[in-house]
Amino acid sequence: MTALMLKNVWKEYGDQIVLENLSFDVAPRSFVALVGPSGCGKSTLLRLLLGQEEVTRGTILLDGVALPQEPGPDRGVVYQKYSVFPHLTVLGNVMLGPELQSERIWGRLFGAARRDLREASHQMIAEVGLAGSEDKYPAQLSGGMQQRLALAQALMMKPRVLLLDEPFGALDPGIRTDIHHLMKRLWNELPMTVVMVTHDLREAFTLGTRVVALGRTRTLPEEAERYGASVTKDIEIWPPRKAGGHTIFQSEFAMGWDDLTLHAATAGRPETKTET
Amino acid sequence: MRLINQQLSPPVATALKFAPFVLLILVYLLGSAARLAENPNDKLLPALSSIAAAVDLMAFTPDRRTGDYLLWSDTWSSLKRLSAGLGISTVLALMIGIGVGTLPFLRALLVPFVNFISMVPPLALLPILFISLGLGETSKIALIVIGVAPIMIRDLAQTVLALPREQIVKAETLSASSWLIAVRIVLPQVMPRLLSSLRLQLGPAFLFLIAAEAISADSGLGYRIFLVRRYLSMDVIFPYVAWITFLAASADFAIDRLRRRLFPWSELEGGR
Repeated sequence: MTALMLKNVWKEYGDQIVLENLSFDVAPRSFVALVGPSGCGKSTLLRLLLGQEEVTRGTILLDGVALPQEPGPDRGVVYQKYSVFPHLTVLGNVMLGPELQSERIWGRLFGAARRDLREASHQMIAEVGLAGSEDKYPAQLSGGMQQRLALAQALMMKPRVLLLDEPFGALDPGIRTDIHHLMKRLWNELPMTVVMVTHDLREAFTLGTRVVALGRTRTLPEEAERYGASVTKDIEIWPPRKAGGHTIFQSEFAMGWDDLTLHAATAGRPETKTET
Repeated sequence: MRLINQQLSPPVATALKFAPFVLLILVYLLGSAARLAENPNDKLLPALSSIAAAVDLMAFTPDRRTGDYLLWSDTWSSLKRLSAGLGISTVLALMIGIGVGTLPFLRALLVPFVNFISMVPPLALLPILFISLGLGETSKIALIVIGVAPIMIRDLAQTVLALPREQIVKAETLSASSWLIAVRIVLPQVMPRLLSSLRLQLGPAFLFLIAAEAISADSGLGYRIFLVRRYLSMDVIFPYVAWITFLAASADFAIDRLRRRLFPWSELEGGR
């Protein structure tokens, strides 16, 4: 049983071969980190998985079925930027997916259905640590908060595969660590397979269950066009990480350690002692 | 200190804001006084008193022949034509602009055509419009639409195409159809730009309106100016021009306010 199966995948743009005979399987619930030098086709591969572009040759199977040729709700995505909609509030962004899915004419829900969705959205927003920011617009959020919002928005669709395209690349180190914790928890709790493109090796090894490196094996200038990238390293993380399973390496984090609102509420407050 | 780093105190800034207006009025008054001193019957730069008399006659005295207050009936007929023309252009821009921006089929079909049409000088079409549509309201409104709509369509299509591809793909992963992407993702995001585009087209729209009215009309602001030109009635022309300018400036201001009111996020995104 595999979540994703790539069989002899080629991607060419005209004469330029980008991906060359790529084959690998992704087990369900795994967290694959795709790494490699710039321009080696990591993002191209992600676009293929997303259905934004078609393979030139070969097949990609999702749960044993050929991948649809356009993006759909079974595959969520978070980009480095432009992942959230600037004209919607945090709540509006999170509610958007289910609204579009259940109301096909105007994409808006009313009445009881809307109340239920609002309730669920509030929970999701709290889940990613954005409680209290429901009525803000993305432009009013920091980069890290925008990425949390993008995750929440994508996860509302309960995607089987979550695709991440250098999602945390633009964040500063402290914020990035926080969001790594969040990402790990979400992956543990939700039934999804994650494929993440990154060029931060540390990030790849911190989050992934498996690190796949793409690269060109032929590097002579005259070979650049006619030879694409393929898998050069495929590393299973040891000790194995299992989604949902807690290893000794995760026990250092107590519940709520990545909750921004909890941090904000407790920051700078003296021990619970009230003066009278 | 470099001039580019100059800090203006608020009173100075305010004074500078009003200075050109005051200067303009001052120059006019001096010129008018000088000319009238030489020739009391001079019509070119009438005194404020004769302008006031003309305003009173046009705006607050019923016309002897029709019983209308001319300034207001002129304003009414001009604004009707202008709003009809701009309204039709806006709706066209919205429908064609979004259609062209989102659907490759419509893009291939219409973009070269719209680009070509937008190069036709609208005033050169005026005789054709008058001949084919008659001298009534239709031809005037049509001139405004032909002059304004192609530019607005191009502008809006550009705005749609400038939306990051990531957003569209993201919407697809949120299960949106082409139609839902148009109404929930694209439409709300281009509305602020549509209003800005409308503001920019106010000037050209007035130009086409006045040109059409100058040639054939029985009322309207442009009609009146060109009518009284025969009698060198600068005392009527000046207030009319000032009034037209005021109308255009208030519309400009009102539309911008509307944009901020309806789309508060557009201000956060840098007034897109």
